[in-house]
Parts: sequence; C-alpha cells; structure tokens
Amino acid sequence: MSASVIFKSVAELSALLAAKSISACELMQAFAARTTAVEGRVHAFNSRDEAGALSLAAASDARRAAGQTRGPLDGIPIGFKDVIAVEGQPLTASSKMLANFISPYDATVTTKLKMAGAIPWGRLNLDEFAMGSSTENSAFGATANPWDLTRVPGGSSGGSAAAVAAGEMPVALGSDTGGSIRQPAAFCGLVGLKPTYGLVSRYGLAAFASSLDQIGTLTRTVGDAAQMLKIIAGHDARDSTSLSTVMPDYSAALPKKSRPWRIGVPKEFFGPGLDAEIGAAVQQALAFYRSAGAEITEVSLPLTAEYAIAVYYLIATAEASSNLARYDGIRYGHRARTTTDAISIYAQSRAEGFGEEVKRRIILGTHVLSSGYYDAYYLRAQKVRALIRGEFMSVFQNCDVLLSPTTPTAAFKIGEKSADPLAMYLNDIYTIGVNLAGLPGISLPCGFTTGGLPIGLQIIGQPFGEAEMLTIAHTYEQGHAWHTKYPNL
Amino acid sequence: MNYEAVIGLEVHVQLKTASKMFTRVAAGYGAPPNTLTDAVVLALPGALPVLNKEALDKIIKAGLMLGCTIAPVCKWDRKNYFYPDSPKNYQISQYDQPICLAGSVEIELPGVARNVMGEHKQIPLTRIHLEEDVGKLTHEAHDSLVDFNRAGTPLMEIVSEPAMHSADEAFAFLTSLRTTMVQGGISDCDMEKGQLRCDANISIRPVGETKLGVKVELKNLNSISYVRDGIALEIRRQTAVLTGGGSIVQETRQYDGEAGTSVAMRSKEMAHDYRYFPDPDLLPVQVDAAWQATIRATIPELPFDRQRRFIAQYQLPYTITAVLVPERDLGDFFEQVAQLCSHPQAAANWLVNDLRRELASGKIALTESKIRPMHIAALVDLVEQGEISMTAAKEVFNDMFQTGEAPAAIVIRKNLKQSTDSGALEQWVQSAIAANPRAVAEFLAGKEQAINAVKGAVMKASQGKANPKLVDELVRRQLLAVKP
Repeated sequence: MSASVIFKSVAELSALLAAKSISACELMQAFAARTTAVEGRVHAFNSRDEAGALSLAAASDARRAAGQTRGPLDGIPIGFKDVIAVEGQPLTASSKMLANFISPYDATVTTKLKMAGAIPWGRLNLDEFAMGSSTENSAFGATANPWDLTRVPGGSSGGSAAAVAAGEMPVALGSDTGGSIRQPAAFCGLVGLKPTYGLVSRYGLAAFASSLDQIGTLTRTVGDAAQMLKIIAGHDARDSTSLSTVMPDYSAALPKKSRPWRIGVPKEFFGPGLDAEIGAAVQQALAFYRSAGAEITEVSLPLTAEYAIAVYYLIATAEASSNLARYDGIRYGHRARTTTDAISIYAQSRAEGFGEEVKRRIILGTHVLSSGYYDAYYLRAQKVRALIRGEFMSVFQNCDVLLSPTTPTAAFKIGEKSADPLAMYLNDIYTIGVNLAGLPGISLPCGFTTGGLPIGLQIIGQPFGEAEMLTIAHTYEQGHAWHTKYPNL
Repeated sequence: MNYEAVIGLEVHVQLKTASKMFTRVAAGYGAPPNTLTDAVVLALPGALPVLNKEALDKIIKAGLMLGCTIAPVCKWDRKNYFYPDSPKNYQISQYDQPICLAGSVEIELPGVARNVMGEHKQIPLTRIHLEEDVGKLTHEAHDSLVDFNRAGTPLMEIVSEPAMHSADEAFAFLTSLRTTMVQGGISDCDMEKGQLRCDANISIRPVGETKLGVKVELKNLNSISYVRDGIALEIRRQTAVLTGGGSIVQETRQYDGEAGTSVAMRSKEMAHDYRYFPDPDLLPVQVDAAWQATIRATIPELPFDRQRRFIAQYQLPYTITAVLVPERDLGDFFEQVAQLCSHPQAAANWLVNDLRRELASGKIALTESKIRPMHIAALVDLVEQGEISMTAAKEVFNDMFQTGEAPAAIVIRKNLKQSTDSGALEQWVQSAIAANPRAVAEFLAGKEQAINAVKGAVMKASQGKANPKLVDELVRRQLLAVKP
C-alpha cells in the first residue's frame, strides 16, 4: 500500500479518498510508516504527533462516511514549517530558545486548513528562525536532501521540502523571506510557491522579517499549489498587512490561456556564477514556451542584480533584530539558570538560546538601525528597495511573467558553505528580488544535473498575478515529467 | 540674582477604550494580574498588531479639542529597548510623524481673591502622539513580578513647549488638561490608577536671559499636587545650587512626594539609542478630512469657553461657574434647568450648593440621582412665584432628592404651600399688633427693626406658611393706619 500512495499528489490522493479506495486513516498510517522508515536518514521533522494525526484522520473518515466531507483537503496530511503556529503543538523555530514552547493558538493558515479537513502532520525543521539557505542552522541538527543524503535540502524551509520529497507527506507549508520556499523546492525537485506579499495572512508565523515574510507551499505539482493557495489566501483581520483583493479560483484558472504569453528573461540572472547545466535546463524551458507560442524577450534588472542582496541583508536583519527582541527569557522560552537581574536574564538567555547565524543577524540589524547609521544603511536600503520594486514594475509593463533559474547551483554538500556566510547568502541571488518587490514567485522542477540533482525553474509573477503565473507553470508541467520522479531512499 | 524657571511637561494620558490598542483584549484597571492578555499582549511567536480604531478616534478628538493640526497620515514606529515590563521589547509608538502637532492648553492662574477670575494663558504644545502602555513591575525582596494587564493600553503622550514659568502654571496646565480630557470622554485621568502621568523638564535662568539653562527631568509626579510641589522644590533646589556658585547637572530626578525630596536617577550620558524604525507590521493610516469632520462633530464645548458663556449668558457669578463647569454632567444639567426656568441664577445656586452636597453625602453620581432638571426648574419657580417659602423649598428639595417626586406633588403631600389668603392674614396681623403693643410703639417711634416681632408673630400664627412679602406689606399698612 504505502509505496503506491506516498509519492502521489494531493489531487490524486483526494480522488482516492473521494472514491473510498483508501481511507484517511490508511493514508495517515502509510505516511507515518514511511516517515518512521526514512526519518532517521532525512531528519525533516522536529516533532510529530502520530496518535493525534491518526485521530484526526479517523474524524475525517467519519465525516466522509456521514456525507459531510469538507472538500479536497479533507483527510490530507500536511506538514508545518516549525515557525507556523498550531494550537497545542510545539513551535520551536528550530531554536534552543523555543525548544519547549507550545503554541496556545492557531495561525490563520492553520485555522483555514483545519476547516478544510487537512491533518497537521508534524513540525518541520528549518534554519533557526528561518535564517539560512541550507537548514544546517538548526539547533536540532541538519536535514538531509532525500536526493543525496550528503547534500542540503536548501533552506530555510528545508524540512518542509525534504519531507515532501522523501514521501513523508504530500504537501507542506513553508515561509519565504528571501527564497526560503523556492530554493529548497528547487533543491528537492518540488513545486515551491511564494505568494504576493499580503495575499496570505502572516498571523501565527513567527516573524523573521515582517516586510518580506510570506507563507507558501511545497507540493509535488502546480495543481496542488493552486489548490492550497485557494484555501490559505485571503484577507485576515488579524494581519494588518494582509490585503483585500478579489481572489480568482486558482485551480479553475489553470487550463486557461487567454492570449500568447509575454515572458521576460532577466539577462542578469544568466550571468557568471550560474551553473552551466542549470542554465541549459532553463534555456530548454524557454524553448518549450517559445514553441508553445509565447513571446520571449530579454529584460534587464540591473539594480536587482547589483543591490538586492545588500538591501535584503540590511532590511531583513534590521527587522529581525527587533522581531526577535521578544525572545528574552522573561515570559516564555529559554531562560539561563545563573542570572541575577533583568539584564543578565536577557544577556545569558539570549547568548545560550540563539545560534551563531541568528546572533550574527541580530547584531547586524541592531547596528543598521543605530543612531548615526540609520540614514546610511536602513533608510538608504529602503530607498533602493523602492527602486528595485519600480524596476520590476517597469519590466512588467511589457511582460506577464519573468523566467529564470531558481538557484545558481544545485544542492550543495552539507558543511560546504556553512563556514562562509557570504557564499551562502549569494545562493539566494535570483530569489531575493521577488521578496523585496513583494511579488509572487514559483519554482518548479525543470530537469536534473548529470549528478542526479533536481534543477528548479523560477517564474515570477506580477503583484496578485498568481493565476497567470500558475497557469504558465502548469503548462510547462503538463509538457514534462520531472515532477513524477522521486528519490530512491 | 533673580532667576526665572522654564518648565515643559510631558503628560501621558491613557485613552479610555473598550479594548487594547492593537488587539481585541479588554483594556481595564483592577483585574487579577495577567488576565487581560492574549498572544498579542504577551508577544507570543507569530502574534501581530491590528490597530484599534477607537484609539485613533480618541487621540484625534483630543488633538482637535486642543487645536492641534492633525497629520494626514498616521504612521507607526518601533521604539526598541529591553525592559521586563515591555513584552515585545519594543514599543509601538510614533517617532517623526506624530498624529497631532502644535495646539495649546488654556490655563487659568489663581485670581487675586477666590471670587475673582485669574489670568488666562495659552500654553503651546509641541506634539501629541499615540503609543502603547507597558506592563507593571512589582519588586519584592528577592523577585520582581510583572503584570501585563496594562500592557498595550493606548497611551497618548502630550508634550508641551517649555513655556511655563512657575509651579502654579504647571499645576494649572495639568488641571485644565485633565478637565478637558475627562469632558471630552478621552480618558478618566485618574492619577491613582495611572491614567494620567506627568514628567517635568525644568531649568532656570537669570531673569532677562533668553538662552535656556541646563534642564533636569523630574519624574514620579503622580498626583496633581505633587506636580506643583515637586516643581516648586526643583526650582528652589536649582536656585540654591546656582546661588551657591554651583552648576546644574543634566539628569533625571525622582520626586518623593511623601518625603518632599528628590533624588538623582540617571544622568543623560546613559541615554538610550531607541533605534526607531517604521513598524513593518502596520500600514500607515490615512486620516482624511471627512474622518476629522466626523470626530469634530462629537467635540463638546471646551470648559473655559463654557465658563465664559455661563457668565455672559446667565449672569452667573464666577465662583458659581467655577464649580458648575469642571464637572461636565453638572454643567449640562444646569443648562437643561436653565432652559426650563426663568431664574437660572437661583437654579445654579441649588445645583452648586444643595445638589452637590446631597450627592457628596450620598456618594452618588449625578447621573444616578433621582433629581431631574425639570424638578429643579419647578422648585425654583415655586419659590420665585411665592408659592412656597425658602424654608419649605429646602424641605421639598430634600424630599425630592430621596423620592424623585415632582416638587408640586411634595408641596401638596406635605402641605407646604404659602398662605396668601388675605382674610386669614388680616386677622393674624390684627392679633399680632394687639399682642405686641410695645413693639408697635417702638416701631411707630421710629425703630424700624421692631416690626420684626410683629411679623414673627404672624409667621408663627400661620405655621410658617404665610408669604413673608405679603405679611410685611399688611403689617406696615395696618401699623400706619393706627398711627395717630
């Protein structure tokens, strides 16, 4: 049974459940068994509650038997990056600081998924507080890439990507601040969707950088991404930055094609540093679109190429230094044992509770906001950010979407870049601009390296242009079989 | 050398809102510790702030009442600092774009006598901004406890220009501000509950000097009289230092109102770098003209404006208005009475003296009392029309306060109507003249007050119900008639 379901898409599983070919309990048992079998090698989970998930599966079966099913996600197990709140479950952010923290409330996305009948299946590993691109910066150990266990799954949503890629679940939630969904999706051969900033509520997502963070999904297919987005998107009165916008039916929009697409190719994203095999795979994807009737034009994003990473590390660290101030050992979280006063509670608890990368970014962000440096760093970074956004918007005057590689290289070795933060930061060079401009982006599989590692194709949409972006991605997926491959574990 | 003090105040006023500033948890005082909290108040991972519109409405109202310019966009900043009473370790505040700019507070200084209005002045304001309040720390022998009930309550910071020159002016500023904020429904301004808190920046300089002296920030002025006494103390302290040849150190001092002393807290060298930056969790709010107009429509008349109008429109004495106006309910009540009766001054006396006394002794609020404006108006008219005597009126008032019955009904029930039956009166007057030959003789001999004995006898015979004016008239007429 298990081998036959663990690599199926949500849509396929949904159909099996609807046909009563399989019960939600059987499905849950299959994923639990698979997880038990591979988790020792993959380490995608920080924690999981198998009994709780099974009892929710039983409830789903009971609803179905009573003719009260809640729709396509009813009975589908779904993983949560360990920064998204699920009531009564741990929320560690892969940090010693929150090692024993249990969330007393549900994130808005969690509430929506529960209403849809989905089953929360485990807390997934990440780079501590979503700071990193490899999931090596976790207080609970690194996650391995299921395609090559000596390599990283990407990050920071590496646990989410690895868990889906390894067949431990069909779908997982991640969060994307600078590429943290798309890069792991590319490394693990999955579809990673980062929605427009403001489309999905951030309420219940432990913040890294508030103006950049966005919850999204890791799935096997574009269709599943559309299905998930339909459920998690929408205005939320609990998130002031969530926007009211008319939401198209992302799933229903998929097969439609109104006119020839205009696809922009940012030339700077194909320059030095791009792995040749990845460049070739993306060129083939472009050829596919051209043959499908799309109009391909080269565009230029010089400011993004030159400044996006610098701007990102100024703004993201500034916001993070303030967002993470709440982890102080006073009300919850790690508190050092040998403290004498408030100052020593802060200093020692934070010294013990945070890892190196988190400390590096808090210090950088604190400096960036300091009196005398604010104008030169933070304020200037915000101005350049506005220019970067303007650059994207002006390119979008003549393009429906932009197309590029998701990452300059395929998955790298565990430990390969961990001593060199700057090399690690550069891995996000193609994805970061999307967050700075608040745009939607998707990564989907577009081939493999000769070494058998997945390659990701990034499609960048216009603000709230998810429907068109998904349609374009879906068209590619329909013409290829990359998404049907899975790793041998 | 003579010195002049220069004083600026920073006043924090808690806004009276149903819920906290950025979450739906109730705001309030006196609940068991840490019960008015939620994920947002406690800054749990993933919690996000959402603005309470009522808080913004209230501060805009406060700003309009004080004549401020309202910023077209309300922007939020984070003020970053670590302190255990601050759950996020940053406070959502407004840094470079406060919602209210300029404006002023009208003050009245003490007059030359109690019944003379004092000098009025406008004290200009620099700005008013909105921020969240912090929790409350309690220090015990070995531990410190923190209660987050207060954390996240909307708090308005009002900053005056350094434009006051005496403890009396500062006292008048705070008194006037409090009255205005209470009457506008902005805050209850109960200093004991921390709803109104005041810090003062004080410096002194030789009279005639235009440059400001070194300023000292005085904290913990947690009652209105502490504001006056603390500032007066600081002015004396600084004067003594300068007179003794010393120099003032820029510092923050903590006032101890019970001991009447102050001690240095921290010097300015340890000033914080708050690392302000725009809060990315909150979008700026547009405050358009229509919104302002809606709020402007809810603004009550300012207390000093009302006082001036009461004096002009109703010819009320200053001392009466000084009691009527500071309590908005009482002033409103007076106006309702004044609409219903033709003797507003008499009505005002009833309110200021009798009604306030009964309310105070019964410890009840005006809104809870059974007395209605039409009752006072009717009572005043009964007296003015000579239907009842003043003595009877007092009795009617006390009865009315207890029962809430209409005065006319009480007069009938208690049989308090003044007698105007001249037939009976004539007889009583004749009897009284006959019974008091000596007083009659003295009066006729030119001793005016001797008439009182005769009139007293008439009143006694009537059991107090005779109309005194009528009695006086009849007694005089009959005495003159018997005069040879």
